[in-house]
Amino acid sequence: MGTTSMKKVKDRDFNYWKAQHLLNRAGFGGTPGNILALRNMGPEDAVDYLIDYRDVETEAVLPNDFDSNINKPREGNERQRYKRAREQGNEKALEDFRKQRQEQQRIDRRQMANIETWWLERMIETPRPFQEKMALFWHGHFAAAYRPIEDSYLLFLQNQLFRSNAVGNFKDDLVHGIIRDPAMIKYLNNNQNNKNSPNENLARELMELFTLGEGRGYGEQDIKQGARTLTGYTYNDNEFQYLSQNHDDGLKSIFGKSGRWDGHDFVEMIFTRPSASQFICEKLYRFYVNDSPNGFTKEQQSVIRKMAAKLKSSKWELKPVLRQLFLSEHFYDEDNVGAVIKSPVQLVIQAIRSLRTPTRNLPKLNEACALMGQSIFHPPSVKGWEGGRKWINTSTLFIRQNILLYLLTGRDEGSRAWDRGGSTEYDATHLVNHLQDIEGSNTVQDGVVYLLRFAHPVAAPDGRRVDEWVEYVNNRGGRFDNTTLINILALITASPEYQLS
Amino acid sequence: MDDHNTTPWSRRLFLQQGATLASLVATTPLFIEQTARGMMLPLGSLVTSQAGVPEDRVFVVVQLGGGNDGLNSVVPYGSSEYYNLRSGLAIQAPGRGDDAALELDGVQGIGLHPSLRGLKELMDEGSAGIVQGVGYPNPNRSHFSSMDIWHSADTDGKSDGWLGRYFDNTCNGTPNPEAGIAIGRQAPLAMQGHTQMPVSFERSELFRWMGTDLDQNLEPPYETIAKTPHAGMVPEENSQAAFLKRTTLDARISSDRVRKAVAVSPLVTYPNSNLSNQLRMVAAMIRAELRTRVYYVTLSGFDTHANQAGQHARLLEQVGDALLAFQRDIQAQGNQGRVLTMVFSEFGRRVAQNGSGGTDHGTAAPTYFIGDMVQPGVHGTHPSMSKLDQGDLIHTIDFRTLYASVLEDWMGADSSEILKGRWKTVPLIKT
Repeated sequence: MGTTSMKKVKDRDFNYWKAQHLLNRAGFGGTPGNILALRNMGPEDAVDYLIDYRDVETEAVLPNDFDSNINKPREGNERQRYKRAREQGNEKALEDFRKQRQEQQRIDRRQMANIETWWLERMIETPRPFQEKMALFWHGHFAAAYRPIEDSYLLFLQNQLFRSNAVGNFKDDLVHGIIRDPAMIKYLNNNQNNKNSPNENLARELMELFTLGEGRGYGEQDIKQGARTLTGYTYNDNEFQYLSQNHDDGLKSIFGKSGRWDGHDFVEMIFTRPSASQFICEKLYRFYVNDSPNGFTKEQQSVIRKMAAKLKSSKWELKPVLRQLFLSEHFYDEDNVGAVIKSPVQLVIQAIRSLRTPTRNLPKLNEACALMGQSIFHPPSVKGWEGGRKWINTSTLFIRQNILLYLLTGRDEGSRAWDRGGSTEYDATHLVNHLQDIEGSNTVQDGVVYLLRFAHPVAAPDGRRVDEWVEYVNNRGGRFDNTTLINILALITASPEYQLS
Repeated sequence: MDDHNTTPWSRRLFLQQGATLASLVATTPLFIEQTARGMMLPLGSLVTSQAGVPEDRVFVVVQLGGGNDGLNSVVPYGSSEYYNLRSGLAIQAPGRGDDAALELDGVQGIGLHPSLRGLKELMDEGSAGIVQGVGYPNPNRSHFSSMDIWHSADTDGKSDGWLGRYFDNTCNGTPNPEAGIAIGRQAPLAMQGHTQMPVSFERSELFRWMGTDLDQNLEPPYETIAKTPHAGMVPEENSQAAFLKRTTLDARISSDRVRKAVAVSPLVTYPNSNLSNQLRMVAAMIRAELRTRVYYVTLSGFDTHANQAGQHARLLEQVGDALLAFQRDIQAQGNQGRVLTMVFSEFGRRVAQNGSGGTDHGTAAPTYFIGDMVQPGVHGTHPSMSKLDQGDLIHTIDFRTLYASVLEDWMGADSSEILKGRWKTVPLIKT
C-alpha cells in the first residue's frame, strides 16, 4: 500500500532514481549527467531549481518574434471599397476580396505551423523545463484551438500568457488572465456576448472546465448571470478591450448574491466555491502524479485534499502546492512511478532530452505528435486532451514506436521505402559512459540492466528479458559499440514500459 | 402521413417520361420538393431498427477531398442555365462528340461526365444509385469546416465523428481494435469516437514496428517484448503496464492480420492509381474476413479553381475506374451482398465558371452509392438551376438523411442516438 504522506522525502532517500522520477515529471527527463546533478543538490534544492526558475537564464520571448499584422482588419479606404462592393453586389470585386482573404488565411496557417515548431524547439532546448511543461499543462487546461480562431498571433500571445504565469497565482494571473485573453474570447465567442444578445459560452466553460468542474457548485442560473457579467469583454488589435456600451451593468444574482457584478467580480465569486481548489488539484495530480485510470483511490483523494488545502491557504499561489507535492514521500511512492502514460509531446521531447538524440526535422516531429493524437494549438475541443490511456491504441502505438526509431536513426519511412543510410549519426555512447558512477561495473549484464532501468520506470527489469537482450549483445561481439547500443535502444523504446513515465 | 410514401424516389417516373430537366423543375408538385429535403423529425417519433442484422455487413466510405464539382460529374444536360453559366466548361449533351456526357439507361436530362465510364457500367447493371442535391442548411464553403460538418454530422462541426459514435454505440464498452480501418496517415474525424479508435495506415508495410529493418535479429526479442510479464503481473490486471502490454499484443496481431490479408493478390486487375490501390487493400481485407465493419479511403485534388477541364477529367476517370474494379473484385469474391460503398465530397462547386477556367467553392452536390443492396438509378430532386443562393445550388436533401438511412437500414443501428437527432430515412437500401 502506498503512502499518503506529504512529509518531505528524506535527504538520504533522495537517490538517483528519485531524482530521475522528479526530472521526468517536473520536466521532460534528462541525461544521466542532468540526473546526477539534481541528485547531488538534495531534494529541496533540486525541486527549487526546477520550479523556482527565475534565476535560470533563458531565451526571452518577444512580441515581434512573430507577425502580429497578418489578420489586420480592413481599414479606411479598403473598408469603404468592400462596403461598396457588397452594396452593389459587385461579384468581381467581391471575388478579389475573397481571394485576398484566402491568401491571408494561407499565410496565417503557415505562421501557426512555425509557432508550433518554435514551441517544440523551446521544449527541447529550454533550461527551464518545468516552465515549458507547466505551459503545456495550461494549454491543455485552458484549451483553445486554431480552427475557429484562425489567428496565429492571438494563440502566440495566449501561449506566452501560460509561459509567463506558469507557476504564478492561479486566480489572479491565470483565471483573471484567461477571461481577458483575446484567443479565448474569440474561441468561446465572448466577443459576441453583448447585453442585448448574451452568449453563455465563456461563462459556462469558465466554471465547468476551467475552475469548478461540471456541476460542482453552480447551476444554469449562475451560467446565465455569469454570462451577463462578461458582456462587453472583447478584443481589438490583438489586445483585450472592454466596451462599456455592450456591457450589461444591471443587477445579477450569482451563487445567491446580488449585485452589479462584472467579470472580475464573477471570477472572485467563483473562487469562494469549495471545488475551486479541489478541481484544479485533481487535474494537476493526474498530470504530475498518476493517471488514475480507474478513478481516485481513497488515498489519492486524501492527498488531493491536502493539495487543495495548501492552494487555498497560499491564496492560490501555485508554487507552494507544487513544492509540497514534489517534495512529498507520496510523490516518490512506487505506486506513482511509471503511473503516467506519456503524452505524445512528452514522449518525443523526453527521448531527445534524455537519450540526447539529434532533434532532426521539427515539422516531422510536429506531424508525428498530431498523428499520435496531440497536435499542439489544435486540441480537439475546449476540454483539451483527455490523456492517459486515450493516447494508446493500435495505430498510435506503432507511430510512437516508429517516431522513436526515427529519432535514433534518422531513417524516415515517409514516402519512400525505409532506406539505408540515415542523416545525422547519433552517438549513444554517452549513456553508458556514466556506468562507472552508478553501477561501478561494465559487464554486458549490468549495462543491459542499467539501460532498462534508465529508460523504463520499473524498479526491477524482468530476468528473462535481460537474458534475451544480453544474448543479443553477446552475439554481436559482447561490447556496447554505438550500433549495438542503438539497436538495444530500439528495443527499449519499442517496449510497452517505454510509454510510461 | 402520406408524405412518407411519396418519397423523392418517385422523381424517376417523370424522368422516364422524357421531360427535360428545365421543365421538370417547373412542374414538380410542391409536396415532392418539400419531402425531398431530409426533414428532421421531432424526437419521439417512431423509428424501427432492424433486428437480426447480419454481423458481416461492411460499409466503405470514399471521400473526394477538395469539393468535387457535382454539376460536371452528374451532368444536367437538360438545363439551359447549365450551358449559359458554363460556356467554356459545360459537358455537352450525349451524342455531341467524344467529350459528351454519357447517357444513363432509362434516365433523361441527366448524364455522367465522359470519364465516369466505370460508374456508368455500375449504374447500367443496377449496382449503383446517385442521390442528387445533397447538402445542408447554411452551407459552409470553407473546406475544413464543411468537411468537419460531414464528418461529425453536426452543423456546428465541433463534435467527434459520426462513425466513431456508431462504433461507440455498438461496442458495448469493449472496443474492437479493427472495427474501423482508414487508409491514410491519419484516421479521419468521421471515424473518431470516444471509446473506439480507428486503425489507420498509409501503406500496410508501415503498419508495423520498423525496427527489424535495422537488424533482423531484433525480431525475436521484439516478439517477446509484450509477452514478458513484469514482477507480480496477473492476467486481466488493470495496471498501466498490463494495459500497455495487452494493447501492444493487439497491435501486433492486427498488424500481422492486415499485412497478411493485403499481401494476397486480388481476383481482378486494378488500374494503377492512388484510389485503386486503397480500394484494392480494402477488398483484400474484406476477403480475408477481418472483423472490420467500416473502411475509409480518401482521394484529394478536387479543389479545381483553375483549369478544371483536364484535371477533373483525370480525377473522375480514376474514381470511376477504381470503383468499378473494386465492385468487380467484391463480386468475384461473392461479397456483393455484404458491401455498401458511399462516395461523397464536402461540397460541390458554384454554378457559374470563374475567370480561370475553373469553378469556386459551392454547396450541394450528388452523393453516390454502390452495391447490390442499393436502390439503383438517379434519385432525389435536382437543385433548381435558376433559383440560386448567391450563385450556388440550394440543397434538396440533407446529408444526414442519407447517414440515417445507412445506419438504420444497413448497419442496423439507432441513428437518432448517433446523429443526435431524428432524421427521416429514405429507401436507399432495398429491403
